[in-house]
Amino acid sequence: MTLLLLVRRSLRQHALSAVVTALTVALAVGLLMSVWMVKRQAHDTFTGQAGGWDAVLGARGSKLQLVLNAIFHLEASPGNVAWDDYLTISSNRAVAAALPLAIGDNYRGFRLVGTLTNLPAVAEFGRNQHLDVENGGRWFEDGYREAVIGSFAARKLALHLGDEFHPYHGLNFDPKNEHQEKYVVVGIAKPSNTPMDRVIWIPLAGLQNMSGHDPSTVSDVSAVLIKLRSPIVGQQLDVLYNRQGNRLTFAWPIAREVAFLFDRFGWFDRVLSLIAWLVAVVASGSILASIYNSMSARRRELAILRALGARRQTVFSAIVTEAAAVAVLGLLPGYAFYFAIVGTAAAIIRAQTGVVLDAMAWDPVLVWAPLALVGLSALAGVIPAIKAYRVDVAGGLAPES
Amino acid sequence: MALLELTDLRKSFASPDGTILTVIDIPRFQLDARQQIALFGPSGTGKTTFLHLIAGILGADAGRITVAGKPMTGVSEAHRDRARAAHIGYIFQTFNLLQGFTARENVQLGMAFGGQTDHHRADELLRRVGLGHRLDYFPRQLSTGQQQRVAVARALANHPQLVLADEPTGNLDSATSREVLQLIREACRESNAALLLVSHDAAILGSFGETESLADLNQASRATASPAP
Repeated sequence: MTLLLLVRRSLRQHALSAVVTALTVALAVGLLMSVWMVKRQAHDTFTGQAGGWDAVLGARGSKLQLVLNAIFHLEASPGNVAWDDYLTISSNRAVAAALPLAIGDNYRGFRLVGTLTNLPAVAEFGRNQHLDVENGGRWFEDGYREAVIGSFAARKLALHLGDEFHPYHGLNFDPKNEHQEKYVVVGIAKPSNTPMDRVIWIPLAGLQNMSGHDPSTVSDVSAVLIKLRSPIVGQQLDVLYNRQGNRLTFAWPIAREVAFLFDRFGWFDRVLSLIAWLVAVVASGSILASIYNSMSARRRELAILRALGARRQTVFSAIVTEAAAVAVLGLLPGYAFYFAIVGTAAAIIRAQTGVVLDAMAWDPVLVWAPLALVGLSALAGVIPAIKAYRVDVAGGLAPES
Repeated sequence: MALLELTDLRKSFASPDGTILTVIDIPRFQLDARQQIALFGPSGTGKTTFLHLIAGILGADAGRITVAGKPMTGVSEAHRDRARAAHIGYIFQTFNLLQGFTARENVQLGMAFGGQTDHHRADELLRRVGLGHRLDYFPRQLSTGQQQRVAVARALANHPQLVLADEPTGNLDSATSREVLQLIREACRESNAALLLVSHDAAILGSFGETESLADLNQASRATASPAP
């Protein structure tokens, strides 16, 4: 109790430096938790974003590029897949479902993806959750220039049911490349918190036959999404397409390909973590400096406490507790920093990929990072505490000249 | 048995030029329970050092001190700290109140290191010294006389058997000095605490029945500095 009173009063006496130092701690703890959470959630969310698909079949090339293009709707397609290849894999007994995708146009930067009308039945997100449209809408029908807009794209493009738009050629928006065809919005997809929210879905034939496209590839598709009846057959198809064949690429399993991407950028995580830890060390250093610098002014106060019977260990503990208390003061704003940073990062990631990170999700880092900072700060308090421990009582009590 | 008893007490310091200066050399001194005695002597004669030795703030080079039967020499510093917190109240010339703490908290701190903090007693003591209306005032909001009253209340907070007062009126004007001195003596008497007061001002010691010159006790006053080994 006495210790807490001593600490509380000391913090009040040195309020300005305590607040500034606590804010440094807040920044450090906020950064630490944010870096950790964004890294972990991004990894978990991206590797879990296969939409219920097991594999992607595409033109010969990079598996990762194939996955990014077909699942995350990022990157360009490495090439085309002939319609016969789609028919071949879709009729394979080991394949439970195969969905062709045609990619190559956009509307104001949001991709148009041509596919079959059974998309909502076969595409999944989460556990047995299927894409659905908001009330009043419906899915597009073959043979019509109809579109279903992903929830995020609809919001950003301010598209509503019944609106009409002209697609643009290519994956990047260029006003000069407007297609003549006019599409009507017949449905707005409900949010799935996946990359599918950023997509404008249209019939497969619509995209294949869009004006200006190469007539010789009109029946081709960009990729085929595949669900397997059993994971074992993935191995067989891997051998069939990737080792024995040389025209196509079979990206399987999808999560492993995404994990490779994260491994490739592992150095970036480590740099961010290092920066966060450096800020933590600087924060602890500033606690050390601020308390240490105040020790001369507190020499008399410490001597009085000792004269009143406080033992050396008591004043030592008071200083260490004070250092830890400054860190504790920084924890609340630290969480505020954390929510601000993760919230901003989540908004950027969602805008760029459609993947949603949850800033409110629980993770042990939300406990161990603050505890580590408090521990580090208490450790920083040891040096000034040693000075307090050694204070010369008789000298400190002498009247000041 | 005397409350405070000391024999062959010696304390020396190294001076900046390397010589060893013996400040205290007192063959014998004692103080009975509830006794009040004033020691006078000019500045630099070791009055504060003498009180610091009794309180265990400084360790003696030689000799023996007991307070309430507890040794203050030949024991660890932690032991002296405990004994000081439990048996001794200390009043300083410069009050030595903790500036960040209210009058009430200063008095409570006087109890904290010796046992349980009794909030009721802290308030009662402050009322006794005439500061019942200033309980939550900080030292800077009090006059010097009031600050010394807080220091008196703090010294008595932990039911000490011995109160040491080091020039308690040194920073006060003469009228306030008399008031504070009387207060210290009365409060000690009411608390059944013995009082050992040191001062350089012989004039204010008139009210004491027993006064003694430190120079008469302290043989070091007559000794000369000896060279360092």
